[in-house]
Amino acid sequence: MKISKDIKIDLFTRMVKVRTFEDDTNKIFMAGKEMPGFLHLSQGEDAMAAGTCANLEINDAIYTTHRGHGCIIAKGADLKPMMAELFGRIDGCCKGRAGSMHFADVKTGCMGSNGVVGEGMRLAVGTAFAQKYNKTNNVTAVFFGEGASGTGSFHESFNMAATLKLPVIFVCSINLYAQMTHKSVHIAIEDMAERAAGYGAPGVTFDGNDVEVVYEEVAKAVKHCRAGKGPYLVEGKTYRHYGHYIGDPCNYRPAGELEEWMKKDPVVLYEKKLLKEGVLDAKGVQQVKDECKRLVDEAVEYARKSPQPDIEELYVDIFA
Amino acid sequence: MGKPVMFQWAINHAIAEEMRRDPTVFIIGEDVGKPGGPFGVTRGLLDEFGPERAVDTPISEGTIVGMCAGAAAAGLRPVAEIMFMNFITLCVEELYNQASKMHWMFGAQVKLPMVVRAMTAGGYGAGPHHSSSLEGWFASMPGLKVVMPSTPVNAKGLMKAAIRDDNPVLYIEPLSSYKLKAEMPEGDFITPIGKCEIVKEGSDITIVTVGRMLQESLKAVDQLAKDGVKPELIDLLTVSPLDMDTIYTSVKKTHRLVIIHEAKETMGIGAEIAALVQEKAFDWLDAPVARVAAPFTHIAFQPKLEQHYMPDAGKLVAKVKTMLG
Repeated sequence: MKISKDIKIDLFTRMVKVRTFEDDTNKIFMAGKEMPGFLHLSQGEDAMAAGTCANLEINDAIYTTHRGHGCIIAKGADLKPMMAELFGRIDGCCKGRAGSMHFADVKTGCMGSNGVVGEGMRLAVGTAFAQKYNKTNNVTAVFFGEGASGTGSFHESFNMAATLKLPVIFVCSINLYAQMTHKSVHIAIEDMAERAAGYGAPGVTFDGNDVEVVYEEVAKAVKHCRAGKGPYLVEGKTYRHYGHYIGDPCNYRPAGELEEWMKKDPVVLYEKKLLKEGVLDAKGVQQVKDECKRLVDEAVEYARKSPQPDIEELYVDIFA
Repeated sequence: MGKPVMFQWAINHAIAEEMRRDPTVFIIGEDVGKPGGPFGVTRGLLDEFGPERAVDTPISEGTIVGMCAGAAAAGLRPVAEIMFMNFITLCVEELYNQASKMHWMFGAQVKLPMVVRAMTAGGYGAGPHHSSSLEGWFASMPGLKVVMPSTPVNAKGLMKAAIRDDNPVLYIEPLSSYKLKAEMPEGDFITPIGKCEIVKEGSDITIVTVGRMLQESLKAVDQLAKDGVKPELIDLLTVSPLDMDTIYTSVKKTHRLVIIHEAKETMGIGAEIAALVQEKAFDWLDAPVARVAAPFTHIAFQPKLEQHYMPDAGKLVAKVKTMLG
């Protein structure tokens, strides 16, 4: 598969946008004054979000996790209401009710993050059911980590999607830790993709830090799903640069592990590759970074200006 | 009025009529398609609507309900069957953390029009895993409506209302009432969610009945009438949100209230109604609010023990008599 220059720049831009948003969010959260609640960041897994979502149309759906900012940005959500949501403000995409772990941006097909590990998969199966029912030819991608592969939801959802031949792409980002427990402690096999065979579906394992590989492999999955052949599992090996949550001391990581993975930072690797290939020059790279920084700065400003919700917001919309 | 229809066919007819009216309505669950449901409630729907709209699934209760939420958020109107109500413990995550919260949590970006059917089977010796009434759990969940039909007519009306509602609705049907027959109103009708029904007007005491306890309450009312007691009988029909205004009005007339339900007394619907009545209508009460409900223990398969566990007409009559002194 030949990836065009435009797509390469698009992949890079999606990743830089994700990374810039996540880095700035981290700083604001750590300052401790403006962003309430818990925060789970996805730096290091940026290529999985960008490479997957670059294959999706706006009417395709995604479900993501408590660590879902990257997926939602890569899918195309507007950063302003996203950031306002993280600030708990009324102009947030969920009116400041959901926050980082629970928010959705339905108009761009981001059907929900989830505070309960693994539960997005069941919802994704239902949205894929609706896509098939309405003969839309759309697909649903659901992001999860290897930790969620231990849930009943993973088994039930994959089996249900396979049995009903639903267009679900199960996108597993292996980031080595289920919260704080290493993969070797809770999974008996090396590659998650092996499990797909047990449901009669294809599964593939690849380098989740190479955004072009992610893009190409997910493209095959999307094609499979749009052809009505049922679900597909993609598994990218990647790494979570920060801990489970922001503030996690990460004392469970062996010395040197983070440093080794930082050498494989997907954003840095891809920038080097694009420079080497001449897809972008140094000025072009800087332009992408500046534009992403401008968008994130505007989003922060928008969030800061937005008021907090009135108390009455607790009591409206309980029923539709 | 039309010819008599059995409770289980009333549910069947309601679903079929709504499926004919609205192409986004579909049924899903274990055995709902080809087998027509474990007790025949969905019989014939596969033949009429095809496998796309009468969907047999693996035994995966949590995913059945979770996928209903995902399908409803994408614009469909699922009607799921969970079979025995005890199995709904496998779907509490999906009902509580997901379906009941999504409309509010996402700032009203999505609606969740979905119905989950569950069956209570008390009185059959079905034992600890097949006989429970758990409506109280779900009535404590904002964003989820809970209805409990008691007659063929309101079984049909509440099902149609539930399918048309834009919120998740838990529809709890009593196995022991499946064979009840009643004449059905002609044409399209609904039984509104969130409204009690005053089954019989009276002046001496208010009896609020939940679900299949209507049949026991009707027997009790007949027995009490022989002693000259005129109870006002209110069928709750919707467990959440509660129609308290009808109950307050009745209590202000009768000055006494007893609630009968099959679920346990502890933390039950009766406790909530009693608390609200003592808050809002205390000055009208001539006696403490009473409950006739299951004791705080497990339901037995053993017939003698199950019979002792279950509230019934005799227990209700005895309670009313002590309250009237």
